[in-house]
Amino acid sequence: MSKQKKGVRIEHISKIYVDPKTKKDFYAVRDISLDIEPGSFVTLLGPSGCGKTTTLRMIAGFESPDEGEIYIGGEPINHLTPNKRDTAMVFQSYALFPHYNVFDNVAYGLRLRKLSKDEIQKRVGVILNLVELNGMESRMTNQLSGGQQQRVALARALVVEPGVLLFDEPLSNLDAKLRVSMRTEIRRIQQTLGITAIYVTHDQAEAMSISDRIIIMHRGVIAQQGTPTEIYYHPNSEFVADFIGEANFLPCRVVSVSGSEHRVTVGGAVVALECDDQHAVGEDCKIVLRPEAAIIGDDGPIPCKVILSCFMGSYQNYHVMVGDTLVKISDACPINKKVYRVGDAATLRFDRNCAHLL
Amino acid sequence: MASSKSARLDRRKFYADPAMVVTIAILILFLLLFIVYPLGMLLVDSILVKGGGFDFSAFPRIFADYTFKNAFTNTLQLGVITGIGSTALGLLFAYVDCYVKVRTRVLKKLFDVVSTLPVVSPPFVLSLSMILLFGRGGLVTRTLLGIFDSDIYGLHGIATVQTLTFFPVCYLMLRGLLKNIDPSMEEAARDMGSSRWKVFTTVTFPLLLPGLGNAFLVTFIESVADFANPMMIGGSYDTLATTIYLRITGGTYDTTGAAAMAVVLLSLTVSLFLVQKYYFESKTAATLTGKASRARMPITEKSVTVPLTILCLIISVFVVVMYVSIPFGALFKLWGRDYSLSWKWFEYLFKYNGLKAFKDSFVLSFIASPITAFLSMVISYLVVKRKFRAKGFIEFVSILAMAVPGTVLGVGYIRGFANGLFRSGILQGIYGTGVILVIVFVIRSLPVGTRSGISALRQIDKSIEESAYDLGAGSGRVFMSITLPLIKDSFLSGLVTTFVRSITAISAIILLVTPKYLLVTTRINEFAEKGFYGVACAYATLLIFIVYAAITLMNLFIRYFGTSRHIKEVERS
Repeated sequence: MSKQKKGVRIEHISKIYVDPKTKKDFYAVRDISLDIEPGSFVTLLGPSGCGKTTTLRMIAGFESPDEGEIYIGGEPINHLTPNKRDTAMVFQSYALFPHYNVFDNVAYGLRLRKLSKDEIQKRVGVILNLVELNGMESRMTNQLSGGQQQRVALARALVVEPGVLLFDEPLSNLDAKLRVSMRTEIRRIQQTLGITAIYVTHDQAEAMSISDRIIIMHRGVIAQQGTPTEIYYHPNSEFVADFIGEANFLPCRVVSVSGSEHRVTVGGAVVALECDDQHAVGEDCKIVLRPEAAIIGDDGPIPCKVILSCFMGSYQNYHVMVGDTLVKISDACPINKKVYRVGDAATLRFDRNCAHLL
Repeated sequence: MASSKSARLDRRKFYADPAMVVTIAILILFLLLFIVYPLGMLLVDSILVKGGGFDFSAFPRIFADYTFKNAFTNTLQLGVITGIGSTALGLLFAYVDCYVKVRTRVLKKLFDVVSTLPVVSPPFVLSLSMILLFGRGGLVTRTLLGIFDSDIYGLHGIATVQTLTFFPVCYLMLRGLLKNIDPSMEEAARDMGSSRWKVFTTVTFPLLLPGLGNAFLVTFIESVADFANPMMIGGSYDTLATTIYLRITGGTYDTTGAAAMAVVLLSLTVSLFLVQKYYFESKTAATLTGKASRARMPITEKSVTVPLTILCLIISVFVVVMYVSIPFGALFKLWGRDYSLSWKWFEYLFKYNGLKAFKDSFVLSFIASPITAFLSMVISYLVVKRKFRAKGFIEFVSILAMAVPGTVLGVGYIRGFANGLFRSGILQGIYGTGVILVIVFVIRSLPVGTRSGISALRQIDKSIEESAYDLGAGSGRVFMSITLPLIKDSFLSGLVTTFVRSITAISAIILLVTPKYLLVTTRINEFAEKGFYGVACAYATLLIFIVYAAITLMNLFIRYFGTSRHIKEVERS
């Protein structure tokens, strides 16, 4: 299928709402700039109320920005109504037309483009094949399962070959297992078609597994952007570290720096770790340590005391105290390892490239 | 304030959609011309003196006028009695429906029919049967009881008839609320040791209180605005609505006085309507939110079920007898004296222009229906789904029209259009024609249709329309291909409601109809006034048949072609 993929450029957009209670203005989105490359999959990730959906709706045209300009394929589009923009959106509630069957739902956008009957038939066929719904053309939407409805919504957006595909938390109404398989599916289809996609979600696992780039939003501004790996291992703030996966924050003090290697004192021990950001000697910092990167054992440098030990199946979950700080540890495959009990004294260590300094 | 950039962009997007701009402009013009302008003219009329200049003397004059004072007191008195009566009766039927185990299915069905029947019946049918049963020549009073000087005309007559006519409205409102009460709350009270009565007085009733206030005000407004019943059975008990009518049509032709009275009546209904809408409705919604978590166990104790069932049964039998007496009124040779069957009243009806009356009424109502249904769906769509500046005006005016008594609207149209717009002769052409009657029908039913459209649209996920819009459809296309099919049921019921309301309308119409048109309702009124109850009943019987045929047709249509069934299923899943 031929497709003109388009990039999206957002320049300093803001959206101001009036708080219905206090009657005061507040920024739902504040001075956001983004450059989304053609054919890439970008996720806007953040807790509810962070402005991610508002940003998406401004790109679609349902909301107008108060400041800034949005470009699709290099063209400014602020003044265009949603029906004149080269975007197609997959909604959280699917928003299928309940009075149409599957075929008519998917064909809706094509009919608006005044294509011939044969052409419509052909294109709908191709897309339904892609989302594995062939043979379901004449079903009514209420006869479909949640996952199938989701595929119809996706097909309906894809079939018009939009320059940019927008997703507004499309998987939040599905059960956990289906969510995982659908996100793989969405990623596969996006890669097959090479289409530009902007995806909004509050589920960090979903964002990590699906995206080329993640943009983390917090209170209307961008907290951090980067590839999933960058964001996971090099969060630039406690908020990001905490929001993406679980994180422990261990207070420490820098004792020496050479290149990217920082030596810090923590819990009475001196340990080394890698950090690209330079920190000054004597500075009080925090070590960001993922639970699966924290290793419990008898011969580590940092002494700790076990206060919770809980078998979770694939891992043993520990809470330990390092001084006054609680540290969570996930120890994989506990069956082959020593299992510590509550009250045991133990030690903690981590690999130098698996921790990060804030 | 929010920066003007988004407002400017929104405006630009708005004007990029000419179909919508034109639609909104037409709507605003329509509402201004046929609601705001005629009512505004009433106000102007009541303070304008012939030859120029303003003068408020009409108000002190009518306030000092004995007829007015009398009518005003009567109206309030009637409103209060009817309001209390209807609310109580509505509560009784709603409570029995939701809480009490009724022994047989037949009884349940009977209560159901009786408590919804009067909603769709022509307004004066109950007055007519009241006269037939309890009047001077009444079946009950004279034939059965031998009372020869029975006087049904007056406050007690109107109040009874109005209560029976309006209680179904309360019933429907209160039933909706009772269904929303979570049974667990009452069970908790029972569990802690309350008796049924204690549960009712300490849990159910307090929760229902704002709803009862709401129901009372709604029926109060209906009662105050009612014209047909006081006209037919009021005797010398004049209300504001009938007094205004007599001022216009009677010998005095005191239009300034009538206009001033109309202003008073309008202020009364509108202010109560505003209280009801903005105070009680929100309060009702606040106390009863959400849905009952599961079905309620009906009360089976005999001490509760027996008295309540008997009470409902008595009222139901009474209502049924009243309706049955209408066709018999048409079939008996001479009610009160000769109870042998004959077709003579129907023959009389058809001999003297009866067919024309039905044709005129039918055609005019038939034209008004699709216009109203379509208009109210467009208004609901704009109000619920779109953002634009005049939205508040459109919503307010089209809903407010509900509080305008027909008589007031009629007087407004006379003053506003008899000599053309602002007495300039423009649009004078429509006065006295069918066009103005159709417009009155449309305006009278618009609020009902709009309200049903708004509530239907609120059920529909906003993103369904957004996705159509996003896929490239303009707003006209979105409305026709998505919105309208989704609220097809509401559209259909708007269609039939308008038809039924129009063909049974009398209050505004009686002031505007010219001899060129014969309308069924005005004919019934004429014949009943002259005491030709047989013919009046013949007309009413046929009218009831037409109304029921229309409603049955609609229900069949909705059952087989309606959309809501599978939309509701989608919502459930």
